[in-house]
Amino acid sequence: MCLAVPGKVVAIEDGADPLTGLIDFGGVRKQACLEYVPDVRVGEYVIVHVGFALQRLDEESALASLKLFEELGLLEEEFGDAWQQAAREAGEPAPAGHPDGGSEAR
Amino acid sequence: MKYIDEFNDPELARRLLDEIRATATRPWALMEVCGGQTHSIIRHGIDQLLPEQVELIHGPGCPVCVTPLDVIDQALEIAARREVIFCSFGDMLRVPGSDRDLFRVKGEGGDVRVVYSPLDALELARRNPDRQVVFFAIGFETTAPANAMAVHRARREGLGNFSLLVSHVRVPPAIEAIMTAPSCRVQGFLAAGHVCSVMGTAEYPGLADRFGVPIVVTGFEPLDILEGIRRTVRQLELGEHRVENAYPRAVRDDGNPAAVRMIEEVFEVTDRNWRGIGCIPSSGWRLSEAFRAYDAEHRFDVAGIRTEEPAECRSGEVLQGLIKPTECAAFGTTCTPRTPLGATMVSSEGACAAYYLYRRMNAPAPQGVRPAAEEMNPVA
Repeated sequence: MCLAVPGKVVAIEDGADPLTGLIDFGGVRKQACLEYVPDVRVGEYVIVHVGFALQRLDEESALASLKLFEELGLLEEEFGDAWQQAAREAGEPAPAGHPDGGSEAR
Repeated sequence: MKYIDEFNDPELARRLLDEIRATATRPWALMEVCGGQTHSIIRHGIDQLLPEQVELIHGPGCPVCVTPLDVIDQALEIAARREVIFCSFGDMLRVPGSDRDLFRVKGEGGDVRVVYSPLDALELARRNPDRQVVFFAIGFETTAPANAMAVHRARREGLGNFSLLVSHVRVPPAIEAIMTAPSCRVQGFLAAGHVCSVMGTAEYPGLADRFGVPIVVTGFEPLDILEGIRRTVRQLELGEHRVENAYPRAVRDDGNPAAVRMIEEVFEVTDRNWRGIGCIPSSGWRLSEAFRAYDAEHRFDVAGIRTEEPAECRSGEVLQGLIKPTECAAFGTTCTPRTPLGATMVSSEGACAAYYLYRRMNAPAPQGVRPAAEEMNPVA
């Protein structure tokens, strides 16, 4: 929940409102809102929390963090299916009728 | 040496530990106020690698854990309504309310959705104009800019079917409450890195002065934490109490001014209850007057729900650093991640869950032995 994950800005959507970019988190790609780092450019790294880029990060530390996160399983925790995780933890099947994937709006 | 080979740079970890050992001549008690740091400390055995003089007290830094029970009960009440699509971060699914959790509400037919971003909830509101879409807006300062943006846009678009159930908390008033408690043993703080990525460091020098405690802004990777500890201990040994930034790669002194402006436009400071701790003055945010129409607490008339916390759960004492999780009689017996009594056993950032996963027998797991795969992801 406090986790902010570093990722690379691989695209910035033309004319999107709010300003939106596609971020690569060590292979997992997700959209993120860039309104709080409005002058960020493609190729730069940012730290992203709940779909919002909060700060820029230099490439070297971003890559080191991503490698560690992957080893620790934190990327799966952040982007995995929360219903499956909850079900595993509860020792019960996941409730029916929800799409796969971490988020259900997209 | 236990754990240390798992660090991303074991040699640097060793050097930092040697330096902490060489610096600490007396007992010091440090508190971290970040669930991510707590998890990292227990998982990597950082508290056990430190010299005995340096004790880490795990503060109330997990937003899932401190969300008060009556707000959870309000969420469950709203989520069960037929007209509602209830959106939450995945971490909240298994946080126990008085008699159930969101996971159970979903199983009973409630329309509970997990979203990655609050903007996903906004999109659901656009696509479902005949439903009420409620987003469970919890979190520390790190999460507030995202939640603020969602309601800001909802108002701009006139999305009348969108609302927030807000339970935002702020770190600096919690530090003040901890330092003024009669039982306080804390002598220095590791401040939460990503909170400061948003807010900057300006709120902390006043606290460091007033209470005579060093406050070191710290990241949450193992080496970041060791560096934060090293700097805090050095200040304590020198009799200093300054604010230092040990996480400059992600924290600027002025934080993220655009994000702070958005928070200040949408939210206003309010007193807030913390689960297990009680009311801390000025420790939360609620929607400001201009956005009050988007407050789910009023829209669904649940403000009257008030709940007593179960006496058996001692998570409040854990959150204040008064006891370690293993000192609670329920720990690992009646309270486990499968049947949690309190939120600290649910979230992977909660001290109880971290202890359960990595230190169940009150002793470190032998090297190479890991928790069973099914227990590796306590975050729901």
